[in-house]
Amino acid sequence: MKVNLGLDVGSVSTNLVALDENRNVIHSSYLLTAGRPVEVVQEAVADLQRALPSCSVQAAGTTGSGRELAAQVLGADVIKNEITAHAVAAMSVQPDVRCVLEIGGQDSKIIILQNGVVTDFAMNTVCAAGTGSFLDRQAQRLGIDIKDLGRLALASRNPVRIAGRCAVFAESDMIHKQQMGCGVEDIVRGLCEALVRNYLNNVGKGKAIRQPVLFQGGVAANEGMRSAFEEALGYPVIVPEQHKVMGALGAAIIASRLETNESRFRGFDLSERRFESRGFECSRCPNACEVVELLMEGSVVARWGGRCGRWERSDAAGA
Amino acid sequence: MGDFWVVLRAVIDELGMDCVVPPPSSAKTVSLGTRWAPETACYPLKLCLGNMLEAIDKGADAVLMAGGSGPCRFGYYAQVERQILSDLNKHVHFHVLEPPQTHPRELASSLVALLGRRMARIPRALTVGWEKALACDDVLAKSHLLRPREDRPGATTRLHTSAIRAIDEASTVREVRRAVKAFTEDACVHTRPQGGPREVHIGIVGEIFMIMDQFANLGIEEKLGRLGAVVHRKITITDWIRTHLFPWPWKHTGSDDPRASAHPYLNHFVGGDGIESVGYTVLGAREKLDGMVHLLPFTCMPEIVAKSVLPQVTEDMGIPVLSLSLDEHTGEAGLVTRLEAFVDLLRARREVACR
Repeated sequence: MKVNLGLDVGSVSTNLVALDENRNVIHSSYLLTAGRPVEVVQEAVADLQRALPSCSVQAAGTTGSGRELAAQVLGADVIKNEITAHAVAAMSVQPDVRCVLEIGGQDSKIIILQNGVVTDFAMNTVCAAGTGSFLDRQAQRLGIDIKDLGRLALASRNPVRIAGRCAVFAESDMIHKQQMGCGVEDIVRGLCEALVRNYLNNVGKGKAIRQPVLFQGGVAANEGMRSAFEEALGYPVIVPEQHKVMGALGAAIIASRLETNESRFRGFDLSERRFESRGFECSRCPNACEVVELLMEGSVVARWGGRCGRWERSDAAGA
Repeated sequence: MGDFWVVLRAVIDELGMDCVVPPPSSAKTVSLGTRWAPETACYPLKLCLGNMLEAIDKGADAVLMAGGSGPCRFGYYAQVERQILSDLNKHVHFHVLEPPQTHPRELASSLVALLGRRMARIPRALTVGWEKALACDDVLAKSHLLRPREDRPGATTRLHTSAIRAIDEASTVREVRRAVKAFTEDACVHTRPQGGPREVHIGIVGEIFMIMDQFANLGIEEKLGRLGAVVHRKITITDWIRTHLFPWPWKHTGSDDPRASAHPYLNHFVGGDGIESVGYTVLGAREKLDGMVHLLPFTCMPEIVAKSVLPQVTEDMGIPVLSLSLDEHTGEAGLVTRLEAFVDLLRARREVACR
C-alpha cells in the first residue's frame, strides 16, 4: 500500500500522519519532542512501520518549527510552514471553514479564510502567555494532571479574574487568588478565560472571526479552553477529531498533491541509522553565526544556520 | 544603516574630513548597544550606539548625529548617546545636526562651527553625495527585481555587494554612473529575463532603520527574494532625503506624495515614518502590488499608530499587510514561517483572481 506522510515537529510534540490514496488517515502518532527532535522522528517512523509493515512511501512533507531538521532526517519531498499546513488540514475537514484558532506548545495562531483561500493570519509575537506550555506549567504547579484541567474548569461555578496579557502577571494573579482561598476549579476556569481574552486581543487583534470556526492544536483537547472560546465568541467552536495532529495532516495532504515519481524518503531503516548533529561558531566575520551540521553514519548530509550561505547544504527539498 | 554609509562617507570626504566607517552591524554591535543603552529604548538606538562605539574603537574622534523633533523618541537620541559616550569616558566631539525644515538656524550654526571655511565645498559634496544616493537606490531596486530570477542562490547579493563597493570607491559622478552600468550588465548575465508565473510583488514599509539595516531585519529582502517575491522598498535613501532634507520644490508632490496619500486614514504627523507607512500602503494598493510587509522595532510608537490604522486600508483597498515587530532576537524560524505563509497567501489570492 502506498502512503503519503506528513510530519509536524513542534516545540512540544512531534506528530506523524499517514494517508492512504484516498487521503484517509490510516495512521497517526503523537510523541513528545522533549528536546530530542532527531530521535523522536526516528521513533515516529519506527512506530509507523510497526503499525503498517507493508506500506511504501509515495511522498513525505514536513512542517512545524523543526521542519528543516526533520526534512533532512526523514528525506522530505516538501517543506511547508505550519500556517499553510494548518489551513490546508482545516479545509480538508471543513471545506467552508472561515477561521482557524490554533494553540500549540510555544505559539498560537489565527488564520482567516474565505472561499478556500487564506486571506489573513497572525501569530503571537512577543509573549508565550496563552500557549500550551504555560497551561502545562500552571497545571503542574497546581498539582493537576494536564488532562484533567479542562474537566475541572467546566466544574467551576464562580470563575475568578486573572490577568492574561503576560505570563508573569497571570501567574502572580493565580497565586494571589489561591492564597485568598479561591477554589482550584474557579482559578483554572479563570485562567482559561484569561488565555482566551489574551488570544483574541493579542493574536486575533480585531480580525473579524466568522463561523464556522475550527479550534485545533494540542490545547484544543482542553474542554475548558473550548468552552471559554465559545463563551467569548458567542457561538459554537468545532474541534476536529484529528485536532492534535492537524499540522501533520496538512503536510501529508500537501505531499500527496506533489507529482513526484520517486520520493526522497530515506526509507524505514532510517530509524536504525546513527544521526548526530554538531554545531560550531563560524569565525569568518563578526556575525559569528552558529552553524549546525547533521551527520548520518558519520558523513555530513546537511548544514545550515549561516547568514551568508557559505555553509548551507542539503539533501532534501527546498521550501 | 543599509547603504547610507556610502553617501555619508562621500559627503564627509568631499568636505575634507576623514570618515571612519564602523564595521557592519554584527552580534558584537548588539552586545555593545544593549549593554549601554537604556533597556526600554528601541532597537535602532541600541544598534546605532553600538556602531558609534565600534567606530570610536577604530579611531573616530568626532560623532555626527542627526537630531529631530516630533513625537518619535529619535529626536532625543543624539542627546542620550552623547551622555552615554561621556559616561563611558569616550572623549569625542559630538555634533548634532538638526533637520533643516524645522530648525534651519540651529543646523546652519552647527555647520559653521563644524566646517568653518570649508563651507564652500558643500555644493560639490552634496552633488557627489546625491549621485551616490541615486546610484545605491538604483542598484538596490534592480537587485530586488532580479533576485527571484537569479541563476544561482546568492548571485544577486554578491553582485550587489560588489556594486556598492564600486560606488563607494568612485570619486566622480562619471565613475559612479559607470559602476551602476557595470552592475546592470553583469546582472543580466546571471538572471532569467522574465519572471515566472509564481512571482509576487511585495512592498516594504515601516520604520526607516529597520527597513534599511539588513542586519536588524534579519535580511528580510533577501529572504523574500529567495521565496520568489520581487521586493519594492518604499523608504529608500533618496526618498528619505527628498522628504526630510529638501526644500519645497523638490519634495514629493501630487499623486506620489506618501503623506497626502495617507489621507483619510491618518491625517496627522505621528512621528518617525508612521504616516509614510500608511501612505505607501495606499500607494502600493494603487500600483497593484500583491501585498505589503510592515516592519517596526518593538515598542515603536509611530509605527504602532500606523499598525492600528493599516487593517482599515486592507479592508478598503484589498491589500494584505503583514506587520512584523522586530527586536534583538536572532531566532529566524518565526520570521521565515510568517514570510513563507504570507507569500503562500499572496500566491493563492493571485490564482483565485486569475480563475
